[in-house]
Amino acid sequence: MPQTYTPIATNTLGTAVSTVTFSSIPSTYTDLILVFDGTAASATYSGIRFNGDTGNNYSYTYLAGNGSTAVSSRSTNAPEMYTSTGNTVTTSQNNTIVHIQNYSNTTTFKTALIRNNSSSVETTAAVGLWRNTAAITSITFKTPSVNFTVGSTFTLYGILKA
Amino acid sequence: MAVTRAKTSSVAQGPSTSKTFLAGNPVILPGSYESIATVTVTAAGGQASVEFTSIVGTYKHLQIRYMARCAGAYGAADPSAMRGEFNSDTTTTNYYSHFIRGNGASATAGANNGPNYFGWVPNNSITSGIFGVGVIDILDYADTNKNKTSRTLTGFDTNGGGSAYLTSHLWKNTAAITNIKLTAYDGNLVQNSTFALYGIK
Repeated sequence: MPQTYTPIATNTLGTAVSTVTFSSIPSTYTDLILVFDGTAASATYSGIRFNGDTGNNYSYTYLAGNGSTAVSSRSTNAPEMYTSTGNTVTTSQNNTIVHIQNYSNTTTFKTALIRNNSSSVETTAAVGLWRNTAAITSITFKTPSVNFTVGSTFTLYGILKA
Repeated sequence: MAVTRAKTSSVAQGPSTSKTFLAGNPVILPGSYESIATVTVTAAGGQASVEFTSIVGTYKHLQIRYMARCAGAYGAADPSAMRGEFNSDTTTTNYYSHFIRGNGASATAGANNGPNYFGWVPNNSITSGIFGVGVIDILDYADTNKNKTSRTLTGFDTNGGGSAYLTSHLWKNTAAITNIKLTAYDGNLVQNSTFALYGIK
């Protein structure tokens, strides 16, 4: 059987930026996994957009624990799929792993699983929806305006099925 | 109702490594993660369950990645459980599951006796085109000195509904897992549902 979990692209920031885009994603994989490991210049939230879609076509439900309580909330009709619950991407180390199943099928809306670990704030499990049946060919990981700091890494992996 | 089996014998082996790709862990070293078998529901009427059989014992861990929906109508707020059985063991007292769920309003926790609750998937009471997704990690599945534990990250979102789940499971049996059966509690798994089994070295 084929080995898989293939790195498609990696970006280690040499210059601070607030958006990182993976474009021209091939449709040859089954699932995608996006891994962010880094910090931001100041506390902010993060999110992803697919295929450059800036419409209010995203939603998100999360479960979070902050050291004292467990909470859940959601956003609807949002302009991006949030990958943090609020301003939890901080100057302390943060990692986010986004699983995007069957990203190239053109039959279903796209659902992603998100794990976010904010070392100074909380840990989060979440699920997001993009109400679009198009194959995903680009992913933008972003904050509203705060820069990710130099050295932050963004890696996109592809997984093949048998 | 039809049961699709994906036989997984005769798996070619690649170079051995020791890193882990379990869901939620950092991804470190590609090359130790192999695709074993995939089942896609193709029948228009769906099918009752999917089953991976003859799973070889040469990996360290297993991972199942799924995208699924079921045909029942149990209720939008309480959709169908995705249940899992190992080695055709149907004795409910041999399994135990815990979960924590965020439904957009509150975080709740619970536990179940019975087949592993590997998460919950949308049913016919939820907008068509929305599928649930999950990543199931089954640890040390071939170690005959251990009862078997597994964990999942699963969920679905409906733009105003849905939940995210973290679950853990115990199968009180030390046998190597060679067979995994996945069944939606509430009706058939619908067309285009997919289940992919991977081996992690």
